[in-house]
Amino acid sequence: MTVQIKTLDYEPKRHTFGHIARRFGDKPASRYQEATLDVQATANFHYKPLYEPEFWQYDQNKTAVKMADWYKPLDPRQYYYATYNIARANMNQAVERSFAFVEERGLLDKLAAAARANLQRGLLPLRHLHWGANMNMTEICQRGYGTAVTAPCIFSSGDHLGMAQIVSRIGLALDGQTGASLDAAKAVWMTDPAWQGVRKLIEDTFVERDWFQLYVAQTLAVNGVIFDLAYKLSDAAWADGATTVAMLTEFMSDWRAEESRWSDSVIKTVAAESPDNKALTSRWAKHWIDRAVEAAKPLSAALLGDNGAAAEAAGEATRARAATLGLTL
Amino acid sequence: MTAKKLGLKQRYAHMTRGLDWETTYQPMDKVFPYDTFEGIKIRDWSQWEDPFRLTMDAYWKFQAEKERKLYAVLDAFAQNNGQTNLSDGRYVNVVKLFLTGISPEEYQAHRGFAFAGRHLRGVGPRVAAQMQSLDELRHVQTQIHTISHYNKYFDGIGEFPHMHDRVWYLSVPKSFFDDARTAGPFEYMIAIGFAFEYLLTNLLFVPFMSGAAYNGDMSTVTFGFSAQSDESRHMTLGIEVIKFLLEQHPDNLPIVQKWVDKWFWRGHRMLGLVAMMMDYMLPKKVMSWKEAWDIYFTEAGGSLFQDLARYGLKVPKYADVATAEAEHISHQNWAVFYQYTHAAAFHTWMPDKEHLDWLSEKYPNTFDKYYRPRWEMWAQMEKDGKRFYNMALPQLCNTCQIPMAYTEPGDPTTIAFRESRFNGDTYHFCSDGCKDIFDGEPEKFAQSWLPVHQIFQGACGGPTVPDVLNWYRLNNGADNLDYVGSPDEKLWNQWMAGAVKAAG
Repeated sequence: MTVQIKTLDYEPKRHTFGHIARRFGDKPASRYQEATLDVQATANFHYKPLYEPEFWQYDQNKTAVKMADWYKPLDPRQYYYATYNIARANMNQAVERSFAFVEERGLLDKLAAAARANLQRGLLPLRHLHWGANMNMTEICQRGYGTAVTAPCIFSSGDHLGMAQIVSRIGLALDGQTGASLDAAKAVWMTDPAWQGVRKLIEDTFVERDWFQLYVAQTLAVNGVIFDLAYKLSDAAWADGATTVAMLTEFMSDWRAEESRWSDSVIKTVAAESPDNKALTSRWAKHWIDRAVEAAKPLSAALLGDNGAAAEAAGEATRARAATLGLTL
Repeated sequence: MTAKKLGLKQRYAHMTRGLDWETTYQPMDKVFPYDTFEGIKIRDWSQWEDPFRLTMDAYWKFQAEKERKLYAVLDAFAQNNGQTNLSDGRYVNVVKLFLTGISPEEYQAHRGFAFAGRHLRGVGPRVAAQMQSLDELRHVQTQIHTISHYNKYFDGIGEFPHMHDRVWYLSVPKSFFDDARTAGPFEYMIAIGFAFEYLLTNLLFVPFMSGAAYNGDMSTVTFGFSAQSDESRHMTLGIEVIKFLLEQHPDNLPIVQKWVDKWFWRGHRMLGLVAMMMDYMLPKKVMSWKEAWDIYFTEAGGSLFQDLARYGLKVPKYADVATAEAEHISHQNWAVFYQYTHAAAFHTWMPDKEHLDWLSEKYPNTFDKYYRPRWEMWAQMEKDGKRFYNMALPQLCNTCQIPMAYTEPGDPTTIAFRESRFNGDTYHFCSDGCKDIFDGEPEKFAQSWLPVHQIFQGACGGPTVPDVLNWYRLNNGADNLDYVGSPDEKLWNQWMAGAVKAAG
């Protein structure tokens, strides 16, 4: 026996919007598809931007890579605003539980001085790097072409702001909610030689005009080399605090695994479009990964006393990742 | 530790502006290349008062909760065929106007706030603008999902992005937002953050949502309620921006005043579409455009500008003209769409007796004298089988891009024409307000993509009306023309007659 509610049948005239039907046929489309595909204007713009009159505000020529269809590099996570926020709200529940757990048990207060000093010097300045990454992803969102690529970029920029704030909370937990550790971390970021390569790297990305090159620099090189060095390869630096740090930065690990599914897939799709795209993205990837490794070496040397070996390892992992995306470095 | 624990405000400052730094490996002017050319002077960005203190964790939490509720309603609406509970099938034309004319601008706002969220040098406004960029993406995406269900049954919705880039009247909102998107970041914040989101939001967003509430559109009104808290954040950002600019340097006043004048008038022109919607397209009416204008502009806007007077800011130029036009604008716009119904992707109709009486009551100074006789004549012509269509392409105002159908201030029987010369060409305008805007930036507005000019230049699919409709992807005989006789009407009448078979 099944329970059967009787309903009326209102026969639809069509199942989705015309632009979706032209791509996949007139059948029910997903919310991701309807919220994303062909949403950005493409033609008959009225005025050239006062700030950049050589382009339209949406212009395929703002990057050297060419796509026949910028709705090819889709998001495997199929994020639109609702699913993105719900996913992040869920991840953040774990953050709240971890902070409560760590604070209840005073786990950060019990750390040895060396571990505290390394967190202060090695972890807290990452909040500035996240902010730099936020600026880059916002830039790609505003300057890029096609909602399929640009919408996830504003999600990513929200993620980096959120992660900068998680790092800040770790600092506040360390300094008894006074903010002293954050002021100190900023001084480290601005002047400590261990960080200057990284700071120069991210400042150089700020002035990159080709938005897809910036995408490669940020999502492949900065995320792959610097953030992975910090969040994956630096456990030894946190000493007896490694487990606590792992708990408090679980969001970053989950985020990195999740976002790279999208960012890798975009690079792979764009590179596979044409030999020209492949050559360009390969050249950009090589340039920025090499730079990121050089920038990260003093940091890894200072934190891990490894003479830069962890930075090299992060670089090798990123080069291997780039190779799986079809790039030739 | 002897240092004092942080208060909420300082804690939020650490969570946002504390993240930023003065770059040294690249010059700040290269990192922020766009925030000086407009002439706005900022002495001290740190004086920015955060209009709301929302960290990302709280943002995700609130927004996720709202989205869960909204989508539960959208699913229930679709499952229970909520489209059959509307006040009347005519109402769907409001939804069509919204998705083709407004939702694409939510998208433009999303990208525009990303621009401001990257390129304003001050970190406080940058964070606020980024959140608004996220919100605006929310609005376009949830609106598409809300209206997706209507598209399954009704015509004129399915080609909204294609039409937005091409159809003549959609170039009115499109050019408005293109104008804001191609301005510098400060003008963008005044245009969209202040003029649009603060000064005029109650005349744009709210009428659509109230109209939905009055007409059984549970789906759209639920979106409206869900977006309300976003909108109030946007309003506080808009007002903070203008106060901040005016407080920072006295030289900013004339620049800001010019933008306020410009965007007020541009907004007023675009809102003419909303006026027409409120007075003519809602089967169950919320209030007249004139009443809305009196409450939300004359009263609310009046006290806003009193508050801003201490900075030297004046009520926008031509506000008095706009107020006088509130007696006319909805009628003049509906007359345009009635005449050009063959080229519009929504349906038109002549008001019935009850509707005419309502208009007479709401517009005692103008309706019976200037508009009712015309409607009665057109209704009679319809009856006689001589429905009036205007087959000549209209002259467009070069600024607002609306057909030149508006009348002289104080003389509702004479069409207003203004013109300017620039680089040897003559440019035409519907009003002093639109002429002033052109004269202020002729290089910019000489570029306008004017739909009628483009048709004559052969850029729109061909020389005949069917060619152009085809290029619009406007399904002739279904998307356009009068509601009476349309497939929409036929379907609605079938539903109301109970001619629906049981499922399964």
